[in-house]
Amino acid sequence: MAAYIIRRILILFPTLLGVSVIIFLMLHITPGDPAELLLGERASEEALHELREHLGLNKPFYVQYGMFIKRLATLDLGETIWTRQKVWIEIKQRFPATIELSVAALMISCTLGMIFGIISATKQYSIFDYLSMLGALAGVSMPIFWLGLVFMLIFAVNLGWLPISGRLSVGVDLEVVTNFYILDAILTQNWEAFRDAVWHLIMPAFTLSTIPTAIVARMTRSAMLEVLRQDYIKTAKAKGLSQFKVIFKHALRNALIPVVTTIGLQFGVLLGGAILTETIFAWPGVGKWMYDAVMQRDYMVIQNGTMFIAGLFVIINLSVDVLYAVINPRISVK
Amino acid sequence: MLKKVLLVVTVVAFTCVGAALAAPKPGGTLVFGRGGDSVGLDPAYETDGNSFMIGDNVLEALIFYKDESVDLEPGLAESWNISPDGLTYTFKLRKGVKFHDGTPFNADAVVFSHGRQMKERKIKFFGKGWEIPAQERTPEYWVSMEMDKTVDAIEAVDEHTVVYKLKRVEAPFLANLGMDFADIISPTAFMKNPKEFVRNPVGTGPFKFVKWVKDDQIILEKNKEYWDKKGGPYLDKVVFRAIPENSVRFLELKTGNVHICQFPNPADIALASKDPKMKLISQPGMNIGYLGFNHTKEPWKSNAKLRKAVAMAINRKAIVDNIYQGQGQLAKNNIPPTMWGYNDAVPQVEYSVDKAKAMLAEAGFPEGKGLDEITLWSMPVARPYNPEGLKVGVAMVADLAKIGIRARVVSYEWGTYLKRQRDQPPDMDLFQLGWTGDNGDPDNFLAVLFDGMASSAIRTQWQNQAYHELMEQGRQTTDQTKRAEIYKKANLLLYEEMAVIPIAHSTVTWPMQKKVMDFKLHPTASIRMKNVWLEK
Repeated sequence: MAAYIIRRILILFPTLLGVSVIIFLMLHITPGDPAELLLGERASEEALHELREHLGLNKPFYVQYGMFIKRLATLDLGETIWTRQKVWIEIKQRFPATIELSVAALMISCTLGMIFGIISATKQYSIFDYLSMLGALAGVSMPIFWLGLVFMLIFAVNLGWLPISGRLSVGVDLEVVTNFYILDAILTQNWEAFRDAVWHLIMPAFTLSTIPTAIVARMTRSAMLEVLRQDYIKTAKAKGLSQFKVIFKHALRNALIPVVTTIGLQFGVLLGGAILTETIFAWPGVGKWMYDAVMQRDYMVIQNGTMFIAGLFVIINLSVDVLYAVINPRISVK
Repeated sequence: MLKKVLLVVTVVAFTCVGAALAAPKPGGTLVFGRGGDSVGLDPAYETDGNSFMIGDNVLEALIFYKDESVDLEPGLAESWNISPDGLTYTFKLRKGVKFHDGTPFNADAVVFSHGRQMKERKIKFFGKGWEIPAQERTPEYWVSMEMDKTVDAIEAVDEHTVVYKLKRVEAPFLANLGMDFADIISPTAFMKNPKEFVRNPVGTGPFKFVKWVKDDQIILEKNKEYWDKKGGPYLDKVVFRAIPENSVRFLELKTGNVHICQFPNPADIALASKDPKMKLISQPGMNIGYLGFNHTKEPWKSNAKLRKAVAMAINRKAIVDNIYQGQGQLAKNNIPPTMWGYNDAVPQVEYSVDKAKAMLAEAGFPEGKGLDEITLWSMPVARPYNPEGLKVGVAMVADLAKIGIRARVVSYEWGTYLKRQRDQPPDMDLFQLGWTGDNGDPDNFLAVLFDGMASSAIRTQWQNQAYHELMEQGRQTTDQTKRAEIYKKANLLLYEEMAVIPIAHSTVTWPMQKKVMDFKLHPTASIRMKNVWLEK
């Protein structure tokens, strides 16, 4: 087991190194110059030169890459080009917002997706089945951008139930501890802020959840249909068990395995989809931040931000694999 | 008689009511909806409007621009004196002014704030002074306004007197000192943590900086000890909220969560004008969008008739009406009409396909014969002076085809566009670009954009000896009336030679709630909350 874990950890380094090469190359092949964008129309030759010099952009590629790797090796994510702030601090301020949004969206899509999936499977070819699968198709194809605006018009402007954008209303004070606003509100027992933060989260989370909800619904449906045809379900039914028990105790548990894998994969998709949702709902998260960085060619943010996220994913993957190995010793032998 | 009395009574009554209505009421929080977050809050190093608008309220300069124009008035300096040779400027500072951290504003603070931006720091403090840390990066505006080439030394003579010794006579120097980069900061606050000042600005302005939630909001609160007792600040708090999507920002305004909405979609301006709870504010922008020629190559370089033919062929009015959607004004000078030095006698270029054809023939290219297909570089991004470069490009290409000039639209990613345009490559014939003014001085348009003889960095690279001399004269003359005459001549020369084709000055129109009072748009695009108040 120990050998397996060490082997996995050793693989981690070449993986991250590969990521670093790809990001670096992509960034430098893409046209655009941060100095030129920072200074705009007024840039004088002299100012441009000095800024490039300061940012190290005048150095040869391999030197720039070397500097990038050297910093990474010391776990230093450097300083952003535009805001002149430590990349790590910028991430710390924004990542919780994105995670909060993605987790909420994931929770919604798991709950709704599984409910729709189960009902569709048990009532196959009924009107409900058709409607929910049609809904799922629509959910996958609906552009988030458009959907967000429609939600806003209905629930915020016309009905006035929910706030339009942002994470907290102006005037609501919250002492920031972790930057997860809902968690911070609980920690500081600030119930007004708690209510406000949840209120602000609902619409963006629902918007972001549409695609994963649809995917989870379809996955659950097909997995359930598969399981419901199995012999042991027939046996359970023949034993005279109630429909509820058959579905939830016997069928669902086995159908869940592929669904859970899908849900895990959806989390990464959610982080990607968050860019649009964050832009429409003025949600100060990491997606919008990275997008802006790409538009401004803020190399430091793009390189180091991506490395941070890649590192996080690799570590999470590793932990999951190790957990699998703990649960199922056959894996580590292979 | 009775009618007259009634009239007088009515007028008096209305005046009284008007006066009562106009009396500013203190209190309240104003939420300003803007398109993006600030980049940083250290005036020396910022280059974007979203950063400067915080400084406009927290920090102040020695010289202010008047409320609705670029005329200068005393700011933190009460008065100033220019030596007869134009090389020494002596400023008398306002007494009794304090920074938000309680430290006094004095001559040493001025020396510190400007001295830290100098490449060679020839500075003298009056008191103990500070050991200013090395610059972390180039102070962009200080460099692009050529302050290092202008300022030789800065000295604090006494607690309230600062002297600037200049290397050369520079008429726009005073106007430069009114710009954001020249704001005076608290040296004590800066020295406490030089790396963090960019996120915690301390100045003397009508509002104090409170808090910054990145990509979300910046909160300012009223400076109760503000030195100027005339007028505001009236608002208790100002919140600058970043809402990137234009339509969402407008929805926030519609539902009352935001008081002023920056840069709305043109369609929303029409909606706002019909909404009883909203009003619109408009201001001609201090900008110019133009179409330039590649003056480093023929036939553009020496064929003024060809340049004129192109100018006559383009239906600029249609572009302003349809692409600027009315949010613009057809240009005939290359400086905005609100600026001194504007020459109203310069005729508008006439749009006429027939005359353009005739001129093209005179230029030696009848029906475009002899001209290869030309490129028309069009901007890929919206800029304050040109909302949709690509659409403008397509319209121009169609217009040029009517007189027989074959052209195609070329575009690059914005950074590449700027970079390649500067190099004036041979594959560039015509290009779109523009400018937003910095300090309200015509030199900041006419010399910076069109005097190709001054530097190879001038984007149009138009080289004309007479024009170059005018620009030199303008710089070295300190009398504004005389300078205005010089710039009027320069504007006429630009027209006669058709060095570039001026297209439009865009207009800024923002919707806001009716209860927002005394908010004014400034030509320099600064956002001032000092005298703004909310009707209850």
